[in-house]
Amino acid sequence: MTLALTDVTLTYPDGDTRLTALDRITLTVAPGEFAAVVGPSGSGKSTLLAVAATLLTPDRGSVVIAGRNTADLSRSARTRLRRDRIGIVFQQANLIPALTAAEQLEAVGHLRGDRPRAARTRARTLLDAVGLDAAKQRRRPHQLSGGERQRVNIARALFAEPAVLLVDEPTSALDHDRGARVVALLADVTAQHGTATVMVTHDIALLGRTDRVLTMADGRLEPALSGEPRTSRRASSGASASATCGTASNA
Amino acid sequence: MATASPPARLEPVPISPTEGATVFVALRDLRFAKGRFTLMGAVVALLTGLVLFLYGLTGGLAADSSSALAGLPARAVVFGGPAVSFTDSAIDAGQRAAWQAAADARPLGVSMTRLGTGAGGAASGTGSGGGRAASSVSVVGVDPALQPRATVGDNPRPGEVAVSAGVAAELGLHPGDPVTLGPARLTVSGITPDRSWGHAPTVWTDEPTWERIGGGAQPSALVVAGSGPAGKESAKALDAASHTRTVTLDASKSGIDGFSAEQGSLTLIQGFLFAISALVAGAFFTVWTVQRKADIAVLKAIGAGSGYLVRDALGQALALLLLGGAVGAAAGAVGGAVLKASGTPFTLDAATVAVPLSAMVVLGLAGAALAVRRIVAVDPLTALGAAR
Repeated sequence: MTLALTDVTLTYPDGDTRLTALDRITLTVAPGEFAAVVGPSGSGKSTLLAVAATLLTPDRGSVVIAGRNTADLSRSARTRLRRDRIGIVFQQANLIPALTAAEQLEAVGHLRGDRPRAARTRARTLLDAVGLDAAKQRRRPHQLSGGERQRVNIARALFAEPAVLLVDEPTSALDHDRGARVVALLADVTAQHGTATVMVTHDIALLGRTDRVLTMADGRLEPALSGEPRTSRRASSGASASATCGTASNA
Repeated sequence: MATASPPARLEPVPISPTEGATVFVALRDLRFAKGRFTLMGAVVALLTGLVLFLYGLTGGLAADSSSALAGLPARAVVFGGPAVSFTDSAIDAGQRAAWQAAADARPLGVSMTRLGTGAGGAASGTGSGGGRAASSVSVVGVDPALQPRATVGDNPRPGEVAVSAGVAAELGLHPGDPVTLGPARLTVSGITPDRSWGHAPTVWTDEPTWERIGGGAQPSALVVAGSGPAGKESAKALDAASHTRTVTLDASKSGIDGFSAEQGSLTLIQGFLFAISALVAGAFFTVWTVQRKADIAVLKAIGAGSGYLVRDALGQALALLLLGGAVGAAAGAVGGAVLKASGTPFTLDAATVAVPLSAMVVLGLAGAALAVRRIVAVDPLTALGAAR
C-alpha cells in the first residue's frame, strides 16, 4: 500500500491529563484510490491528515508512505519525503502572494533542485491539465477566483508526482458547484496519476466521486457512511481497492 | 472557475536534480512588494551615503591634520618625555646625543605661526595690508632630505623656506621671494606638494632655521629615519635610559593637538551608524519574517527545509543591501567629490567607497541573520486547517 497507518495513536496534553486526538487508527490507501474522511469539527480529521503528512509524529503506531516507515526518519528526511512523495492540497489554497500561478509550481521544482526550464515546462503542463489557461498562469493569487486558486493548489500538489495526495477541506471556501468541480478534478487526477488520495471534508454532499467514505468521531475511524453503498471506481477500473480502516471496510 | 473539462493525461517531464539552489521566492518578493523594499532600500542607501560621507571626512580631516607627519620617511618618533605630544615635548641635548649615538635620529621641530609676504613682516590679515598678505601655517623644521621634494625650486637651505603649493598659490609666492615667518625673514627656496599639520598648511625649513624662528627652541621630537635600535627592547632600554618615549610614526599622529579627539569622535559616529544599520536591517527583516510566517509554513509543509528558507531570505537581504548600498555609495561618492572640489578636507578613493559599502552589507546581513533565524521556529503544521 502507498499509504498505511497502523494502530496510530496521538495524544495532546490537556491540563493534567492527555486528550486523545487519534485513537488506534488503522488506514491503508492503495495507489489510485480516492478515500474521503468526513466528520464534525474536532473529530480528528485534520490531525489524521497531519500525521499522514509527517507534520505530526504519533505516540504509537506506524505511518508508512511509499514503503518508508516515517518513524525511522529524521526531521530533514521527513521534509524530503514531503517534498518528493507527498502532495498536500490545502484548505484555502495557501498560495504565495508574490508568485504567479506558474511560479507556485516552479517553486516546488526549485525546492527539488529541478532545472528551471524543466520546472517551467512541467508547471505549464500541469496548469493546462487542471484547466488554467496561459493568461491565468501568469496571474498572481489575488487575480484568480477561488476555484482557480484551488486548481493551482491541486496542480502544485501534483508537481513532484507524489505517491500520496492529502487533501484538506478543499471546498470549504467554495460554493457547491465549484466545490463539486474541484472534487471531480481530484478524482480525475487520482485516477490519472495513481496517487493514494485522502481527502478530509465536512461536506458530505460532494462525496459522489470518491471510492470510499470513512467517518471520524472522537479520534476514531468508524464504518462508512450509512446510506446507499457506492460502487468503487477503483474496483471497476481493476485496481485493488483493498482498504481497511479500523473496523471499517469499503462499502 | 473554468469549466471542468477532464484534464489531459500528463506526459512525464524529465526532471534533473541540480546542485547549488539559488534564491527563488525571496527575489520574487522583492518584485512583488516593491514599495516596502524600495523604502527599506532607501534607508540602506541613506545610511550608506552618510557613512561614506563620514568615512571620507574622517580620512580628509586626518590627512589635513597629519599629512606632513605621515609623509615623513621615518619609522618612529621619539618624544622628550612620557607624553605623546608634539606640543609638550622638547628634546634636550642629552637625549639627542643618546639617540643619535644609537640610531639615525634626526631632530624635528614643529610650531604654528604666520607667514607674511614681502620683507616687512606679516600683515594682520590674509590678502590685506597694502600688497602684503599673510597666512597661518605650520612650520616644520627637519632635515631637508626627509621633506617632500620641491616640485618648483629647491628644498630649503639655512635661512630659506619651502612652501606648500596651496600657500604659494594663495599668497602668490615664487622661489626667491622674501617672506617673514614669525620674527624671521627668509627666502622662498621652492614649492612642495601640499602637506598640512594640525589643519594648517605646512612650510618647511631645516631644523637650525626652525630653532632660530622659535628663538632658540629645542626640537619637539626626533624622527628615526633609517637605522635604529634593533627591536622593541633596545628602543625601550634607550627610552628608559634617556627619559624619552618612542612610538611608531603612525602612533605619533596622536601627538598632534586635537587629532585623537577629532578622529575618535568621527569614528564613534561611524560606529553608531554601523550599529544602527545592523539594527534597522534586523528590525525590518524581523517584521518581514513575521509577516511571511504563513507562507513559510506552507513552504515547509510542501518540503522546504529551514536551511533552504534561511538561504532564500538571506539572499533577499543581500540583494537589498547590495542594491541600496550601491545607490547610497554612488550618491555619497558624488557628494564627496563635490565637497572635495569646494575645498573641504575629504578623502575620496576606492577604500572610501568599498569600506562603508562592505561594512553596511556585512552588518546588515548580520542583523538580517538574527531576524530570519525565526524561520527555523515556524511550524509547518499551521499551514493545515483554516489557520491562515
